[in-house]
Amino acid sequence: MSVNIVYAILVTSLATFLSRFLGVVSSEGIKETSKLFKWFNCLAYATLAALIARTIIFPVGVLIDASYFIRLTVVILSLIVFKLFIKKNMEK
Amino acid sequence: MVNKEFFFRGFKSIIKPDSPALALGCCFIAIGALLKNLGFNIQESIFSTMLTYALPGSLVMAESLLVGASLLNIFLAVWFVNARLYPMAVSLFPLMMHKNQPKWKYYFSCHFIAVSAWLIMKSNYKSIPKEQRIDYWIGIGSATWSIAVIGTFIGFFSSEFLNKDLMMGLAILNPIYFLCMMVGASKTIQISLSVLLGAILGPIFYFLSPEWSILLGGVVGGTIAYFVGELNVS
Repeated sequence: MSVNIVYAILVTSLATFLSRFLGVVSSEGIKETSKLFKWFNCLAYATLAALIARTIIFPVGVLIDASYFIRLTVVILSLIVFKLFIKKNMEK
Repeated sequence: MVNKEFFFRGFKSIIKPDSPALALGCCFIAIGALLKNLGFNIQESIFSTMLTYALPGSLVMAESLLVGASLLNIFLAVWFVNARLYPMAVSLFPLMMHKNQPKWKYYFSCHFIAVSAWLIMKSNYKSIPKEQRIDYWIGIGSATWSIAVIGTFIGFFSSEFLNKDLMMGLAILNPIYFLCMMVGASKTIQISLSVLLGAILGPIFYFLSPEWSILLGGVVGGTIAYFVGELNVS
């Protein structure tokens, strides 16, 4: 390994904290009733959905070795179980 | 300081039926095992989870180390995959801002922004008075963050017992949990459409540029969903 692990950890956490911190600083000027807030809400949900879809379709790491068919089956089965049983319980 | 009642109400959200604890714990077990196999020692693994506390970021770091990327490349790759935390922060923190609360609480607790805690806060914030929401959030964050650290610890020491099939199972649990929670959260046209468009556009943009795919998918999908929702209301 060419890079020192400790530096890699520090750089990774810095790159991660940057987005979080800038997000909080920007939040100070945004009202929860504003259109800007609503837009950011859509952005957040869409970005998360994009990330999840990417993790499942183009994974990094061990999931590469599971076939598309298996991954798709798992997703569909889980969604069916969630829709049928769990969502109802959560809304009670 | 932190209001204890609301802190513990937040902390207890990880023992509720829709808790992310299991999914979160399992995928950090996978991360712990992965880091061990990469040659991290226990201190480095725990610090990595404590300081980063964002799963895709840790995975990208691991991949980059494997291919021998430079520090600058690691920084950029992690920043790209974790930039989603910015819109997540902006769509959460305005709900918690209160003039009676000190600024440091916000600056410090932004470290807890991650999908699991964010989803819990989003579905529960209405039942918490605005002034105390930040304390409730710190409670949720401390709980999910502890689970991540414990998961990494367990994963590191059980890596010998985790074969490839088990690792795959652990790795897919979290995306599946998030997917179900997001489907559960899709109650308005705007949110449902955001989730749907993001999930479709993200992988499509992957063919154009793997690094930009998440951000592009999120911005394009979210913006379309926003305007469709606004048009529908008016």
